[in-house]
Amino acid sequence: MTLDLVIQQLVNGLIVGSFYALIALGYSMVFGVIKLLNFAHGDIYMSGAFVGLIVFSFVGIWVGNGWLGVVCALLVSMLAVGLLGVVIERFAYRPMRSAPRLSILITALGASMVLNGAALALTGGRHFAFNTDLGFAGVDISAVHITYTQMVLVAASILLMAGMQAFVSRTMYGKAMRAVSIDMGASRLMGIDVDRVIALTFFMGSALAAGGGVMAGAYYGSVHFFMGFIMGLKAFTAAVIGGIGSVPGAMLGGLLLGLLEAYGSSLPFVGSEWRDVFVFGALILFLVFKPTGILGRSIVERV
Amino acid sequence: MDPEIVLCADRIVTRYGGIEALHGVSLSVRRGQVVALLGANGAGKSTMLRTLSGLITASLGSVHFLGEDITRVPAHRLPHRGLVHVPEGRRIFGDMTIKENLDLGSFTLADDAERRRRLDHVFELFPILARRHNGDARNLSGGEQQMLAIGRALMAAPKVLLLDEPSMGLAPQLIREVMNIVQRLNREGVTILLVEQNSKVALKFADYGYVLKAGRIVLEGNGGDLASNDAVISAYLGGAAV
Repeated sequence: MTLDLVIQQLVNGLIVGSFYALIALGYSMVFGVIKLLNFAHGDIYMSGAFVGLIVFSFVGIWVGNGWLGVVCALLVSMLAVGLLGVVIERFAYRPMRSAPRLSILITALGASMVLNGAALALTGGRHFAFNTDLGFAGVDISAVHITYTQMVLVAASILLMAGMQAFVSRTMYGKAMRAVSIDMGASRLMGIDVDRVIALTFFMGSALAAGGGVMAGAYYGSVHFFMGFIMGLKAFTAAVIGGIGSVPGAMLGGLLLGLLEAYGSSLPFVGSEWRDVFVFGALILFLVFKPTGILGRSIVERV
Repeated sequence: MDPEIVLCADRIVTRYGGIEALHGVSLSVRRGQVVALLGANGAGKSTMLRTLSGLITASLGSVHFLGEDITRVPAHRLPHRGLVHVPEGRRIFGDMTIKENLDLGSFTLADDAERRRRLDHVFELFPILARRHNGDARNLSGGEQQMLAIGRALMAAPKVLLLDEPSMGLAPQLIREVMNIVQRLNREGVTILLVEQNSKVALKFADYGYVLKAGRIVLEGNGGDLASNDAVISAYLGGAAV
């Protein structure tokens, strides 16, 4: 592998990795508070991309297809899809909270199908172009051209994740979120309104996924109703690798997975069609040898 | 109602896990008292506390706190009003630091200066918590975890403290230490409802006591009377009075 290729794949890996990380974060947070693998999370990401595209097309009439439009699309989509996450939790998951674990898992599959099916029906399954005009200016390192857009995307993802980490570790509601994930009953005795904390978790997790969706849509220039499926699986993989339930773990897992995919698919005799093999191979290896992930802690029941 | 009665349960019937665990339990706690609720394993003591603090809602009967009906008030609304429950098994947040555990005890408090004052008070009562406030709560010993659980409850500035078996699993010397703290809190004006299996420990300083058996109050009286009536208690507790 030449140095140019190493640098090029580092850039590619970091970009796709930060999308994975943004989505893995919501996966992980929701799993933390209600121990649910939210299968609809990938579809939330897809919804975010579509809402972002709609907003982008509207505001584009006045502000053009540049950064201002993307930022508007990002903010509106995060807000709207965050609320969508809250609605899904309220009407699909909350009534199932005391039901057996399998029932709520099936409910999550159902929620995923509803979102996916609705998007298919509304879009007719077509690909929609997300035509941005962000320019190709950037810096050259060796023979590799890195655009400012790529840098901004990675920086924005890191900023969102750092904000989330600060929220969870510093604020009272962030501490409440961690408390609920450790012991829901004891949290209520602290005066924590558990329902509200769970709703907040869904809002933040869904908003992050929507942010990832808008950024990915704008970066790749296309959105599609099925884009959330494989993304959801990969975000789940990232969450497992990092240690599900852990906020820094989700970020680390996402970035590592992105790099693994980028470098793995550029190995000699291995084409990019092999990248999913690396991803899900890693998932299997972690599930077998280190199911708690890199930063996850094994759960020890204390009496 | 007598304004000196701060907590009053009237003919509580609670179903728990499909079966009726309490069959009409009444008790009252007067301001400034330490009241003991005794009974063997499975008698319904914890279920009673959980009903009082709103974790479970009674099927029949009522709970009044400071003159207000709280029978159907959800658990998370009560700490702010001054009714705080220290659950069985301590239930501290092991993966969080001691300081974070204490902060969560004052979750509903918006005033940071007041939080600081309460924290200083807890640190003064339990110097070990002050020394290790940045350490994970999981690394504390059993006795220290109990102190953290009580300290965390104190962060809500309770008027009435519900303590569920604070002596459980502790060495005799630690039990004394915890009980001394409970007595000190009581002298500072906190009313206490103490659930215990260990009746000797509880009756040493309880003003009043109830004995619960199979979901019914079978005996009640002043602490001293009950303590001297040890034979009766032993019978009801199934020999659990150590």
